[in-house]
Amino acid sequence: MVKKMIGIEGSFAIAEAVKLARVDAVAAYPITPQTHIVERLAEFVANGELDAEYIPVESEHSAMSACLGTSAVGARTFTATASQGLELMHEVLYVASSMRLPIVMTLANRAISAPLSIWTDHCDAMAVRDCGWIQIFAENAQQAFDLVLCAFRIAETPAVFLPVMVHIDGFYISHTIEPVQLLEQEAVDSFIPEYRHPYPLDPDRPVTMGAFGPPPIYTEAKKAQEVALRASKAVILEVWQEFSLLSGRHYSPVEGYEAGDADVLFLIMGSFSETAMVAIDRMRAKGQKVGLVRLRLWRPFPVQELRQTVGKAWVIIVLDRAISFGGRDPSVLKSRRRFIP
Amino acid sequence: METLAVYVPRLITTKEYFAPGHRACMGCGEALAVRLVCKALGRNVIIANATGCMEIVSSPLPYTSWEVPWIHTLFENAAAVASGIEAGIKVLRRKGKYSKKPKVVAMAGDGGTADIGFQALSGAFERGHEFIYICFDNEAYMNTGIQRSSATPFGASTTTSPAGKVSIGQATWKKNMPAIAVAHDIPYVATACPSYPFDLMNKISKAIKIEGPAYIHILSVCPTGWRLPADLTIRAGRLAVETGIFPLYEVEEGKYVLNVDFPRLRPVEDYFKLQGRFRHLTQEVIAQIQERVTAEYTRLREKAARVRDNE
Repeated sequence: MVKKMIGIEGSFAIAEAVKLARVDAVAAYPITPQTHIVERLAEFVANGELDAEYIPVESEHSAMSACLGTSAVGARTFTATASQGLELMHEVLYVASSMRLPIVMTLANRAISAPLSIWTDHCDAMAVRDCGWIQIFAENAQQAFDLVLCAFRIAETPAVFLPVMVHIDGFYISHTIEPVQLLEQEAVDSFIPEYRHPYPLDPDRPVTMGAFGPPPIYTEAKKAQEVALRASKAVILEVWQEFSLLSGRHYSPVEGYEAGDADVLFLIMGSFSETAMVAIDRMRAKGQKVGLVRLRLWRPFPVQELRQTVGKAWVIIVLDRAISFGGRDPSVLKSRRRFIP
Repeated sequence: METLAVYVPRLITTKEYFAPGHRACMGCGEALAVRLVCKALGRNVIIANATGCMEIVSSPLPYTSWEVPWIHTLFENAAAVASGIEAGIKVLRRKGKYSKKPKVVAMAGDGGTADIGFQALSGAFERGHEFIYICFDNEAYMNTGIQRSSATPFGASTTTSPAGKVSIGQATWKKNMPAIAVAHDIPYVATACPSYPFDLMNKISKAIKIEGPAYIHILSVCPTGWRLPADLTIRAGRLAVETGIFPLYEVEEGKYVLNVDFPRLRPVEDYFKLQGRFRHLTQEVIAQIQERVTAEYTRLREKAARVRDNE
């Protein structure tokens, strides 16, 4: 089932996951910055290793728009983007989640201009916090590979039918070579069943998608979407549980590290929780009772899990990688206030 | 063309794919154009519609006028969504997961085509997707309140290019979208107008058979925005053609054919005087427009004649 460990760049590991998921369509645009994910996928298609349509669109707005089209006819759809590209496709993200199209996207978290910067931060992620997608943060290339595979399964579960965004820190994960254990095709095939859209665009069964919603219907539709997003957590837990049986790697919405008896906790999302673990090990060696809370599932927000993991700690240090201009707290800190007295 | 009007209508399907009961204004030329387009397209089709009049009037939940699969997402992305639909069907057919081969059609207004959707359209043309893009040109942003677009004609008064003491209204010339489509070297480009229904439907039928992108630009008379009595829609469309302001032509593999030609064009004033949006124009401005229309029509006629002479 499990292949031996290899050294592979994070982006390439994600491309392998997308290939293993037998994706039907990829639409992408190389706005600066893009990652090697889509380059590698284009290569797979060019070499006949992946039977998919690669649509080299003329903008990120069109990338997500083309994904709406491919997904609406029932094709398994993937795209990847980062910072400025995500900003450009912003309005389309809302359409994808509201029209319940199970697109999977990786976002290499990177800074937003100006000044132009291509390095990691979470400002792009926080700008799309409320776009209705399921959002998951990976910490390293292995997790990125695993979580992208799980993302297809989660998105396409009939009870969910929502798009999933897997966040990976730009460069730290996207461009770094790390040890990763890939999976065999048969194992992935048994994990991710063939995808069927229940009512795709099809002349034999005409449907109207994306109709105009007067206020009473708009309210109902948005409420239904919110209920579905919150309810998706149960499916996410199931899928991760099943994935652990397949791979031996387990994921939870919130993961603690030395958190049980800690007085002081770090709360972190993304790649630098690994850095924090190193620091915590050193501090623990000196007898300091510190620990770490890693927020894996960002949307739907795992309130109960977070409350449990935090335990009896009396100080929580939130390391946010985004700025909220003129606001009181950055985004993650704001969420934290909801569950800690 | 008029001589066919007794027999030809009987050949056309009585089936409607754009159902009545939609909420378009009285005398809407665009609703009529959509109805004719849908008749010609038949049922083996998927439509991607941009935001605009047609989307709003045809799909107020829980009702729909669409008897064919139809998707609306945003304003500027009809061509990109259509690209995805076409590519998605292609791969699913290859994998044996989709049986039909529907024609993919993108529809948008002049704003969704010539302005905000311009880039997505150019990209889709360049990539060569097999689809028909139809621009329903009512010469302004009618749905949002008659604001000018780049397809608004010179001299027309709109809410954002109002005629005033020091303004003649729209001060720029109409963007030539069919010419831009031709410049993409796509296999089929045509103009049409529902005042010439058989010509319009023939062009749709032709576009269905094209392998690759086809572009059809349909002049859709808008009584509301043009300040025109609702019963003059068909006449206004005819006058647009008879004055040479909106010539009906097609460009197949770069070759121009003028579908309706006249020995002598009517003066543009015949068209203008029906419409409140041109009411303020002085004789000097009308003369200036006449000169330009004549010159452009002559150029078009020459392009068509060159093709005839070569054949």
